[in-house]
Amino acid sequence: MVVVEPVIRVRGLHKSYGELEAVRGIDLDVAGREVFAFLGPNGAGKTTIVEILEGYRERSAGEVVVLGADPADPPSQWRQRIGIVLQECNLQPELTVRESLELYAGYYTAPRSVAETMELVGLDQAADQRAGRLSGGQQRRLDVALALVGDPELLFLDEPTTGFDPSARRQAWEMIASLRGLGKTVFLTTHYMEEAQALADRVAIISGGEIVAEGAPDELGGRSDAASSISFRLPAGVAAADLPGEVLRAIGGGGPANGEVQLRTEDPVAILNALTGWALARDLKLDGLEVRRPSLEDVYLELTE
Amino acid sequence: MSGIELALHQFRFDQKVFWRNPASVFFTVMFPVMFLVLLGVIVNGQTIHAQGGIDATTYFVPAVITLAVVSASMANLAMSLTILRETGILKRLRGTPLPSWVFVAGRIGNALVTSLLMFALVTVLGRLLFGVPIPWSRLFILVVTLVVGSASFCALGVALTTIIPSREAAPAITNLVVFPLYFLSGVFIPESEIPSGVLHVADVFPIRHLFDALLAGFDPATATSGFQLGDVAAVAAWGVFGLVVALRRFRWEPHI
Repeated sequence: MVVVEPVIRVRGLHKSYGELEAVRGIDLDVAGREVFAFLGPNGAGKTTIVEILEGYRERSAGEVVVLGADPADPPSQWRQRIGIVLQECNLQPELTVRESLELYAGYYTAPRSVAETMELVGLDQAADQRAGRLSGGQQRRLDVALALVGDPELLFLDEPTTGFDPSARRQAWEMIASLRGLGKTVFLTTHYMEEAQALADRVAIISGGEIVAEGAPDELGGRSDAASSISFRLPAGVAAADLPGEVLRAIGGGGPANGEVQLRTEDPVAILNALTGWALARDLKLDGLEVRRPSLEDVYLELTE
Repeated sequence: MSGIELALHQFRFDQKVFWRNPASVFFTVMFPVMFLVLLGVIVNGQTIHAQGGIDATTYFVPAVITLAVVSASMANLAMSLTILRETGILKRLRGTPLPSWVFVAGRIGNALVTSLLMFALVTVLGRLLFGVPIPWSRLFILVVTLVVGSASFCALGVALTTIIPSREAAPAITNLVVFPLYFLSGVFIPESEIPSGVLHVADVFPIRHLFDALLAGFDPATATSGFQLGDVAAVAAWGVFGLVVALRRFRWEPHI
């Protein structure tokens, strides 16, 4: 069996600032070519952890391996292999898009071509504009381009779309999703649930310096097999007692309020079958019939509160 | 790329940034030129009773060169590095394979080249506008003085960033440090007008020594080779002090 070394491996990571314990025992594995998202509210410890992985901050305890090296004491070639986009845009306003990329390309031994990088982030039309005159969304794309021009294996994106309007965010997502085709490993942090859901193969929810849930966005917090909720309005002139037995049992003790029936079930298919069969046979309408699985938002709010 | 090639690469882009930034061009280039022209027009034909009597315009050419070197080196680095630090650009550079010394070398190279350029510009303007003789025989000595001065003031500029808390504070603190010294050191006012006690205070600081060394080079009455070893050593000592502070205290990350 071939054992593939994860691109990022973290065990028992702790970080304290004086009395404050910002990170309290994190374990983490990120595989090659994976898009991994750290999802959590502001102040959860996301940036602290990312900056430890990037080599900006020292840890208090634990083991951290990024691309086979300890980021606190990396070998000289290590930075050739990673690309970093910090939370704030850090552009030199006097340089054009092309010049900014040429400058950064010079730092790397095997850079991606500047023209190709501009195309990748959709800035080829703005090549000769100065960075200071770009729109907010364009500046962020140049920021990402600066991290990509070294052709890194691993890309860190710290809250890449914070402060964006919805259309700029949508564009940024498309761009990040397109990086998947390049075979890069992407580690991103975000406090937007939709962002994690749209981009990531795997999400870890972090709260109070700990990982409280981890998994594919669809399965997070046991969402794939969690109870669904079914709700509908009782047709006029029909009593709750007239409902079929399966439905009544699922409702349990809680009867309908103002004719609104709400129930939770592990087996929505059987309940819906009984309910709709019953309604069809009596030629009844079930207004407001709705089946819901817990959304990532429900899971997130439950876990981070 | 080797370290040297990389430093040249960085230097090339730093030059673009410098010349495209209106504030740095104004303070480093326009301001000294304006100062030379205004002072020259006002004092033209007068004699300053310093150094045993010197033509006033000849006095102010090295004074304005001092102003330009301190601007291009200390003031410019203190302000631009603080802005780079506070906008996170330095932090970002730390995340690339660029070695820190290469980055700093590029910036210092930038200041050196700008200082030499200003030396040439002010000297030529002094000759063309006011007939101040160009001291050809002491050119080498002046360039050596200039290079030592520029490098020392660069180190002091980097050191100065360590006490500047924010980008908004950068111009205020920098000007607060240099402007009083320009006045006290005889850069703005002829030294014959300054009480000797004040000049002794100014003697503690490097601006006065750089000016003295350059003045000796331009003064036709200077008997010796014109190289002021004592002054140049005093400037260099301040440079070493700046270097020590910079190495110990320089921060790459913004204040939060």
